[in-house]
Amino acid sequence: MRVLWSREELVCQEVVELITDYLEGALPRAQRRRLDAHLSDCEHCSEYLEQMRATIRLTGRLAPEDLTPAMREEFSELYRRWRAQEV
Amino acid sequence: MITHAQLLHAIPGLCLNVLAVLSTVPWPRRRSAAGGEDLELLARLRAGEEDAFLALVARHNAMLLRLAGSLVSSRAVAEEVVQDTWLGALRGLDGFAGRSSLKTWLMRILVNRARSTGVIEHRTVAVGDVVPAVDRSRFDATGHWMSPPQHWIEDSDERLFAESLADRLQAALRELPSRQRDVVMLRDVDGLSGHEVCEALGISEGNQRVLLHRARSRLRQALENEMGGM
Repeated sequence: MRVLWSREELVCQEVVELITDYLEGALPRAQRRRLDAHLSDCEHCSEYLEQMRATIRLTGRLAPEDLTPAMREEFSELYRRWRAQEV
Repeated sequence: MITHAQLLHAIPGLCLNVLAVLSTVPWPRRRSAAGGEDLELLARLRAGEEDAFLALVARHNAMLLRLAGSLVSSRAVAEEVVQDTWLGALRGLDGFAGRSSLKTWLMRILVNRARSTGVIEHRTVAVGDVVPAVDRSRFDATGHWMSPPQHWIEDSDERLFAESLADRLQAALRELPSRQRDVVMLRDVDGLSGHEVCEALGISEGNQRVLLHRARSRLRQALENEMGGM
């Protein structure tokens, strides 16, 4: 295993492993700069970053599960019992 | 390949402090719009509208079930804890001052209920598998792309609903190891902040990011497999 961490430029294979920390704002400033430098120069990794953003966006657009009629009934019952001070 | 542990060792102490401070800043995604709707429903609930309660349940129940499901072992127990949480919320309605979001408040009730009934199981956080974000074979010996990501972003939003992309994404979510699925769904489907997820699941910020990274990387690959080469 080659340890690639150094003051040198990042390579693509390292970039894809740092992309979440980058998006989370969790990278130390120097490393963030190194990653920005790589991105400005590498169309494939820029594409990869955009795909990660698209993945997050698409996951967030998945339809939320609806309450089933049975669950609706159950929670309606819970609400009425609470209103009646029974629970 | 470089591991997160190696990275952390390589970062000087000062940067670790910066890391700690940064990671406590909540991510304000979706908070404002979603929060406004919650407050409106809460006001209607306080005025005695049952429908407002059911609307709040519809908005947050799936998230609470997911959270409960990640804390206890059986679906039945999880459902019980969630019911108990809603009852606790109704009883504590007057005590909710709106300083935190409704979502955060509900999560706290749920975690407390689960703890006090002793049903929380202490699971070890398995961040063990070291599957790379992108298969090694796609890079050359120097770590540069040999088989670069294929284009697919264009039209993906349309295809999410028009075609089977949503099903494929759901399937990819189901195929994730459970811990990764919990984290990515709480973050990207339910819109919780990293900080909230850590607090609720009792995991460190670093672990949360590793699990999130693996999950998102796999989902991206699933989307590329489905959409790539158009």
